Amino acid sequence: MAYSDKVIDHYENPRNVGSLPKDDVNVGTGLVGAPECGDVMKLQVKVNPATGVIDDAKFKTFGCGSAIASSSLATEWLKGKTVDEALAIKNTDIVNELSLPPVKIHCSVLAEDAIKAAIADYKKKQASEGKLSAVSSQTSV
Amino acid sequence: MAIKLPIYMDYHATTPCDPRVVEAMLPYFTEKFGNAASRNHPFGWEAEEAVEKGRKQVADLIGASPKEIVFTSGATESDNLAIKGVAEMYREKGNHIITCVTEHKAIIDTCKRLEKNGYRVTYLPVQKDGRISLDELKAAISDKTILISIMAANNEIGVIQPIAEIGAIAKEKGILFHTDAVQIVGKVPFNVNDLKVDMASLSGHKMYGPKGVGALYVRRRNPRVLLAPIIDGGGHERGMRSGTLNVTGIVGFGKAAELCKQEMAAESERLRGLRDYLNDKLHKNLDEIYINGSMEHRLPHNLNISFAYVEGESLLMGINDVAVSSGSACTSASLEPSYVLKALGAGDDLAHSSIRFGLGRWSTKEEVDYVADKLTSVVTKLRDMSPLYELAKEGVDLSTMVWQTEGH
Repeated sequence: MAYSDKVIDHYENPRNVGSLPKDDVNVGTGLVGAPECGDVMKLQVKVNPATGVIDDAKFKTFGCGSAIASSSLATEWLKGKTVDEALAIKNTDIVNELSLPPVKIHCSVLAEDAIKAAIADYKKKQASEGKLSAVSSQTSV
Repeated sequence: MAIKLPIYMDYHATTPCDPRVVEAMLPYFTEKFGNAASRNHPFGWEAEEAVEKGRKQVADLIGASPKEIVFTSGATESDNLAIKGVAEMYREKGNHIITCVTEHKAIIDTCKRLEKNGYRVTYLPVQKDGRISLDELKAAISDKTILISIMAANNEIGVIQPIAEIGAIAKEKGILFHTDAVQIVGKVPFNVNDLKVDMASLSGHKMYGPKGVGALYVRRRNPRVLLAPIIDGGGHERGMRSGTLNVTGIVGFGKAAELCKQEMAAESERLRGLRDYLNDKLHKNLDEIYINGSMEHRLPHNLNISFAYVEGESLLMGINDVAVSSGSACTSASLEPSYVLKALGAGDDLAHSSIRFGLGRWSTKEEVDYVADKLTSVVTKLRDMSPLYELAKEGVDLSTMVWQTEGH
């Protein structure tokens, strides 16, 4: 299969590979896909609590070159966006940017799912944190 | 010695023609262009003579008589002819065929077609080492069984089936035995009489001959195998395969067979040494790599390894100056991971992570070193970005994890 130059560039020089502390309340982690399907993406965002803006994003991907490129691109795009702006990223944006062929569209879908899963995890943590602080403030009263 | 890139290490897919093969073929394109079926002039006689020489060279390689060689367009046609030919010819006797799950698609899909036409097919499973169980084979045989078709050596994992034992069982039960011998012939000794094989499919381009020519060995004595043709026409090849003979192809196939017979012993020893060297080097450099299929019963030039936590297509992308194959879904037209590796029960994730190495006549130690070094660095890099490797290193048991697979 012939890859676009952008896919090759992300494969050879992946942006933001790594991990953020997953227990940090300001970090949201999304882990999507399955090994038997040949694709697993882990995508993490770190949100600045003061501004609501994504300060940092990291990924690790088990998958083909297009899957690696899709997640690498996603981390690039996430940085500097608010949580709501991040949720607006569509898989078709990734397809267009990387010129993915039809058989690789599922890689972009997986990347979108990973973004949504990471944000959902972040929101869940924030909500339970909120509850906890609400509980603690009640008991302290 | 400087190595030339890209490196070809996919000799199971095809092999280059040996220059000596090409040299033998050349006159038959131009001055010796006759039709081997032209009985009334020297052009035809010359072509026929060349075909008969090729037939003898191919027969000699497998211990057959030249009259038992039916030339075809390749092994896919040979497989089709053997299975469909027996199925039609022996329909009165029975309608049951036994084959195996790791066969080439030319066998599997032919059997599937027969199933639509009222035949019953047993697809034997394979054990972890890639070989069938002889007890399961015996248990599958019924009084309706007319054919057993089990490949000699697998095209992905190079595992050699217990052909002599299967041949003995088939003979004892009076059932015909066909084997797809494409990967084994010319690489290790293969004798149709010692192995009690009734039919064997061969391919020219897998043994340094040209593409577009193959053969089906069809036993003529004890028993005499009868086949209904699948291609009708001028009655060539004793009525079993009509169509003007591919004279140039047959000349090349014959020459290739002759060279394999002469050089097989030394060549297979050399390649076994290189293969073992590659295997040792990879194991020394990397942890968690797994050989797929038996190492004991294996073609000397084959290695099939799964690099855990790394997806095969991304691995191929990192070694793009090396031609190898992967069992990863992303590299197949069907987008399914290798059914052969799945059949070994290793898990789909390891099928996605597999690489098949096929060494051959022009493989060198320098090439093997290059490939092993490059793979080591690419696997290491990809594992650093693999969430599976990270989880495994954290002690998470990946097999018990619940994955979000919805919608994929």
